[in-house]
Amino acid sequence: MSYTRKHNKMILTYILLVGVGLMIIYPFLWMVGASFNDSYSLKVTANIFPANPSMNGYVNGWKGGGMYTFGTYFKNTYYYVVMKVLFTIFSSIITAYGFSRFQFPFKRPLFSILIGTLLFPSVVVIVPMYVMFAKLGWVDTYAPMLAPALFAGDTYFVYLLIQFFRSIPRDMDEAAMIDGCGPVSRLIRILLPMIKPAVITAILFQFIWTGNDFLYPMIFLSTESKFPVSVGLKMFLDTSGALIAWANIFAMSVLAILPPLIVFLFAQRTFVEGISTSGIKG
Amino acid sequence: MQLQKQLAEEKKTRFRRNCGESKFIGLMFVLPWLIGFVCFKAGPLVMSMVLSFTKYNVIASPRWIGFDNYRNMFSDPDFWTAANVNIQYVLMTVSLRLSFALFIAYVLTSNVRFIGLFRSMYYIPSLMGGNVAIAILWRYLFLKDGLINSILGIFGVAPIAFFSGDFSSLAIISLLHVWQFGATMVIFLAALKGVPKSLSEAALVDGAKRSRIFFSITLPYISPVIFFNLMTNMVTAFQEFNSAFMVTNGGPGKATTLMSLLIYNNAFKFLKMGYSSALSVILFLAIVTVTLILFATSRRWVNYQD
Repeated sequence: MSYTRKHNKMILTYILLVGVGLMIIYPFLWMVGASFNDSYSLKVTANIFPANPSMNGYVNGWKGGGMYTFGTYFKNTYYYVVMKVLFTIFSSIITAYGFSRFQFPFKRPLFSILIGTLLFPSVVVIVPMYVMFAKLGWVDTYAPMLAPALFAGDTYFVYLLIQFFRSIPRDMDEAAMIDGCGPVSRLIRILLPMIKPAVITAILFQFIWTGNDFLYPMIFLSTESKFPVSVGLKMFLDTSGALIAWANIFAMSVLAILPPLIVFLFAQRTFVEGISTSGIKG
Repeated sequence: MQLQKQLAEEKKTRFRRNCGESKFIGLMFVLPWLIGFVCFKAGPLVMSMVLSFTKYNVIASPRWIGFDNYRNMFSDPDFWTAANVNIQYVLMTVSLRLSFALFIAYVLTSNVRFIGLFRSMYYIPSLMGGNVAIAILWRYLFLKDGLINSILGIFGVAPIAFFSGDFSSLAIISLLHVWQFGATMVIFLAALKGVPKSLSEAALVDGAKRSRIFFSITLPYISPVIFFNLMTNMVTAFQEFNSAFMVTNGGPGKATTLMSLLIYNNAFKFLKMGYSSALSVILFLAIVTVTLILFATSRRWVNYQD
């Protein structure tokens, strides 16, 4: 290939890559720009810089569409996120430990089930889940979302941790076992410090995915004071009526995606490596 | 994809010594997961099947009505529309997302600078995509006075009512799904980096063209990853809910009422829990069938090196 042809090809490549990048970044920038627009202006332009910048969208939007402010929704969301992350990590670690370090009856079929449930379509059980939790009196609480997490419901994380456990030589814990170290202390003292990167990956992914949770909270929660941001945004949109104050909704949307975006920007490597070493979700 | 490899590894570790520890200790550790599987996956799935033979509105107790829900379903035009739309959605999004992700991943392997920057940037939508805020943004992009129309306006195009067209509405929510190609791309990128350079270099020496190398060496080499991405993308596409609910609300008419939205509407708007369960069972069977077909055909086109 001649020098100029190669050169031209490289230029085309960059044009393509930057173009795709714009398709991704531009809508975000536009949303941020529109959120600083004057609340009552309905005129949209492709320009990301608002003509009359103002904070009205944030001030008015924060009040929300119901009786509670977005402060309540954010508090609920992060209470839920923290609980779910903790439950997921705890249950996933012990399950992954069991599968990667022990032999037990029916291990093979159980492991196949574990792998099979990675593809389990959760939407097909929303009706029985609702019926079941209604019978238990758990409707309008976060329990229907948290209980499955306590029992390693997101098997993706179990799978991710199993991959990491496998990369640690068994000589380590076998030596500890011969020295009389029990199964629980082997996990806590020897393996946990070594799988720390995987645990951090799992925490970060679950932090973002739980913040996105929408269908289950919408189905199970009925009291507005308990809504997370996702359901609060949906209600805000519904109650805004025909004359929607775009800036208000955009301002709250920006706030909703800001925490996960910041987490991602600070931990890009962890996310990219997490998805490429054992990538499951899309 | 790695299942076979892992099962083989299991076999190897099976004969290790265990210092007299009970062989049930491992079972104790996986017990919480097993309980969760029975209570929140297998159990509800069976219950879904049972409820699909009943008429049930949550308030009164379920009444056994045999195959009535299924009979009604097959004569319900809404079901056929949803099934049809869902199939179109799956075909469009999965094929476009996989090919676009693979294409971009391939481009990124050609000694591009700032590869980390591009990779991270492309990954953002697939991480945030499930957020309601993104669905709201997507709706505003395509409204009659939204961003896309205002960009088109610069070129003198009159505003288009995207959400009044059946196909354009479906295309918009499909596009949202394709826009989230990042995770799939990152997985492809990792796979492409694993293709040994020696193979393509040898082919180059023998005078093979780049395209020939791509189709005859690269693609077969990464076929397990293609299969893996195909499976996961297919299953997620079959279950798509957020975009149909938030961006188009199933409309215009029922043109974008995907199966999961139909299930949701029947269950929680009309309180037809039995009928909704029947729809769930059919969706589940559809997903299982497609998965099994893919597995069966995978023997023909997926290469496992070991």
